[in-house]
Amino acid sequence: MDVFLQLTVSGLSTGMIYALAAAGFVVIYKASDVINFAQGDLLLFGTYLVFFAVAQTGLPWSLGIVVTVLLAVAVALVIERLVLRPLIGEPVISMIMVTIGLSSVLRAAVNAIWGPAPRSFESFLPAGDVALGPVMLSTGRLLSIPIALAVLAALWLFFRHTRDGIAMRAIADDQQAALSMGISIPRVFGIAWGLAAASAAIGGIMLAGIVGVSPNVASIGLRVFPVVILGGLDSIRGAVIGGAIIGLLEVYTGGYVGRGLSLVVPYVVLVLVLMVRPYGLFGKEIIERV
Amino acid sequence: MSFECGVFHTRYESDMGLRPRPLQRIRLAVFAAFVLVFPFLAGPYWLDLANQVAIATVGAIGLNILVGYTGQISLGQGAFMAIGAYTAGLLTLNLGLPWGVSIAVACVVTSLAGTFFGLPSLRLKGLYLAIATLAAQEIVEWGMTHWTAVTGGTEAIVLPAPSLFGVRLNTSFSFYWFGVLMAAGTALFAANLFRTRMGRAFVAVRDQDIAASVIGVNLFRTKLLAFATSSFFVGLAGAMIAYYRTIITWERFTLETSIVYLAMIIVGGLGSIRGSFFGAVLITLLPAMITNTGRALQDTAPVVANLLPYAQQAVFGVVIILFLIFEPKGLSKLWGNVKDYFHVWPFAYRRG
Repeated sequence: MDVFLQLTVSGLSTGMIYALAAAGFVVIYKASDVINFAQGDLLLFGTYLVFFAVAQTGLPWSLGIVVTVLLAVAVALVIERLVLRPLIGEPVISMIMVTIGLSSVLRAAVNAIWGPAPRSFESFLPAGDVALGPVMLSTGRLLSIPIALAVLAALWLFFRHTRDGIAMRAIADDQQAALSMGISIPRVFGIAWGLAAASAAIGGIMLAGIVGVSPNVASIGLRVFPVVILGGLDSIRGAVIGGAIIGLLEVYTGGYVGRGLSLVVPYVVLVLVLMVRPYGLFGKEIIERV
Repeated sequence: MSFECGVFHTRYESDMGLRPRPLQRIRLAVFAAFVLVFPFLAGPYWLDLANQVAIATVGAIGLNILVGYTGQISLGQGAFMAIGAYTAGLLTLNLGLPWGVSIAVACVVTSLAGTFFGLPSLRLKGLYLAIATLAAQEIVEWGMTHWTAVTGGTEAIVLPAPSLFGVRLNTSFSFYWFGVLMAAGTALFAANLFRTRMGRAFVAVRDQDIAASVIGVNLFRTKLLAFATSSFFVGLAGAMIAYYRTIITWERFTLETSIVYLAMIIVGGLGSIRGSFFGAVLITLLPAMITNTGRALQDTAPVVANLLPYAQQAVFGVVIILFLIFEPKGLSKLWGNVKDYFHVWPFAYRRG
């Protein structure tokens, strides 16, 4: 039972970080139909930016987080303007490859600036454990769950209630119709990338606190795919629930079955979902039959 | 497509020829002469690069058949190469098959594996297929490292060097001839493939699958055939790597490999045989050139030299991005432009 609780907390906290990365992915996909292979690198960028802002520049945590998010958004806007915008309307393969190229450049930049060695610094999440009955749970991990949920809820509210959020949904629904209603597509694409970077940066900040700062963080980018396919490519709610399921599944197989197996289980799930229900749990059912 | 102005075919044979024009034949002859003379002039370093290019050409043509010509995006190149390499290696080691036979079997096995992984392509399109092949890649990668009983896990498999007609192919020089032969054979096969009914069906599926099925192309068969044909050559490339290095490790067949090969065909040109070759050359030589530059700068500017590994990664990404933005048809199109310019030189009317 103790093990079960511990695994559950660690699975959920991992899952929520997946969900943050996945939410950014979903926002970009929803707005511009771009599959973003650089999502993991945006996350990586977030962890190093917060390391830069807090540990290297010496800003207090609150300010450091704001600076990190702003810097990440600025970088994402530049990327969108310079790299993605010229390619609007190109075939899927171009979109995939351009984000793969981006991911390569971002990773090289991070490595060149901060070096490949893992870094560590004091997290803003309190260290130590909380006793919950007989079980010791890491405070950092426990706290990261509500933080991530709050960010995801904010994102969800943004889509439901703000002008830009609704414009984004309109574009996702029908680009032509949205254009004729006077919605600016470049603006919406910019916002989408900004939001994706912001949510990745927050995920990165929490990762920096939980697992530390190292280039390995980028590997989470690939974990996003099982999450978004399971949850549905165009659903924030799907990202949250998919993230939680994949996170838990990984940790449970790691804990009960075998360490090695936890690496492959998400992809097996991915294949199964693609075979049975390609639009995922909450995605729109418009998969083309061929 | 380079334009054919001023070319008049007076016989069917010349109309059907792969390279009917004298200039094309001269170019081919010059290139062939270069390929034949090259190993006698080049040192082992350049020969090694040339062998890598030959292997990459086979793999890139294989991938281009699937991605460039049939329009089915695959991120599973590394996995298919791994299947080719491990099958070839294990057959020789465990069953004692001659290396030629085990390479042939490896190609067929990879072809079957490719067909199996191609099954989802019947239901999934575009990015969904890309993600499905990504999952296949991850699962095969996991299998390579964890199915210890068969693959030896993370341990390397060591193979005996192959020999051909009594000559051991254990040097870059001797392997070069085998590599060139395979690359040329693959290129010739692929060039002819797209002049057949089957090859045209591949292209039709890429351009508009519904229209293709209306004019009588069986989508189910065609897509699976594309996967099978493509994987055959990808498996060949994998088996060649196994026998060239005489050592098989899983690190050679990761997702990164898939990405490198995709980069080759993007940079070279989707749906182009010569593009596959150009891409293989550029993407193989690029890191080597950057390393050389770095070594040269070691003494004068050590700071720059230290940033080298990252420079490689960054340049790789930048090259992909620049090609996609400025020349999505790749080096093949650039080469075509040059040819077109000289085709009607000095009467070019398109450039002022």
